[in-house]
Amino acid sequence: MKKNAMDFWVGLFVVAGFAALLFLALKAGNLSAFSFTKSYSVTAQFDNIGGLKPRAPVKSAGVVVGRVAAINFDDKTFQAKVTLNLEEGFHFPKDSSAKILTSGLLGEQYIGLEAGGDNQNLVQGSHITQTQSAIVLESLISQFLYSKAADAGKEKN
Amino acid sequence: MFTHSVARLGAFIRINITGVGHASRMFVAIVQRSGGLLKRPRLISDQIFFLGNYSFVIIAVSGLFVGFVLGLQGYYTLNRYGSEQALGLLVALSLTRELGPVVTALLFAGRAGTSLTAEIGLMKAGEQLTAMEMMAVDPIARVLAPRFWAGIITMPMLAAIFSAVGVIGGYLVGVPLIGVDSGAFWSQMQGGVDVLQDVGNGVIKSIVFGIAVTFIALYQGFESKATPEGVSLATTRTVVVSSLTVLALDFLLTAVMFST
Repeated sequence: MKKNAMDFWVGLFVVAGFAALLFLALKAGNLSAFSFTKSYSVTAQFDNIGGLKPRAPVKSAGVVVGRVAAINFDDKTFQAKVTLNLEEGFHFPKDSSAKILTSGLLGEQYIGLEAGGDNQNLVQGSHITQTQSAIVLESLISQFLYSKAADAGKEKN
Repeated sequence: MFTHSVARLGAFIRINITGVGHASRMFVAIVQRSGGLLKRPRLISDQIFFLGNYSFVIIAVSGLFVGFVLGLQGYYTLNRYGSEQALGLLVALSLTRELGPVVTALLFAGRAGTSLTAEIGLMKAGEQLTAMEMMAVDPIARVLAPRFWAGIITMPMLAAIFSAVGVIGGYLVGVPLIGVDSGAFWSQMQGGVDVLQDVGNGVIKSIVFGIAVTFIALYQGFESKATPEGVSLATTRTVVVSSLTVLALDFLLTAVMFST
């Protein structure tokens, strides 16, 4: 085979390899979800984060406005300290509240941000004070069982 | 009788440890003497043609059918839990993390590794390697090194092609044939597959497998006995040793990469 023709086929093979990688990264992976926009980070403390993981989305009104950057444990308050990276373009009032929610019944957990009414906005390093923990199924069931037992006790009396 | 078997065991262990040492020395020699390839990159691209382009069809067809089967089997299991929407995620994760690199490496050992061993074994049997040394041409730098680097470059490409074609195969079975929702198929996949964690680690795995399979094939060919039986034995050994090495390495790499 001529050298030029061989180079053409080798080139085609290499291009096919990179195209496959690009397909995996863009179509199968979440590279398109990587945001290179600037962001500012705020912190929030939760009593219980459930199954929240780093890089989980932060949503407001269902729209992704940022991502969870880091999760740490604070041994002063015995709470989880979650750092959120919010996109530069979105501003939220200072008294906004953060909730840990679950998408669907068994889906992944994300943070829902609900806007408050303050005139000042959250800035780099701000702290979200109003938080609501993840719902843990076990504690929910035990609450339900206790209230059932209490009702049954009342009926007897 | 007892002392005899102890002596045999000792000899067996000694021979194997000597073999490991010899292989390590050859590995270092190949890496050290590949500097000349920078001046002659065509040597590598010729070998990429023989290893990569000739393996392309078997890799693409295998990937397509593995994707088909994953789609069918995955749907069967997921349907029991009412979560057939996660079919795309299942197909993409199992391909990029495991099946892509591992199955490609096994096929690569069978398709390209054996041909490398046979080629070099026959060169040795025909005393071509000795003739090169007589002409002051280093056979490690001229014959082994380009094949080694071509194998390392080719393997991740083939693994990526395998995974990508497999995802398309899973899509073809899942969406048009079974009727999973197309939007959910892709969005669940994009939500669950992390580029660095899943695709990136799959690429690292395939590079490591490429090094292992290519080196084993070259070593077996270079060390084969210069007879027809010797070459055929070396070819068989290439497939057996590199398949087992790939599976063992896969366990180690998976334990390191995905244990958390």
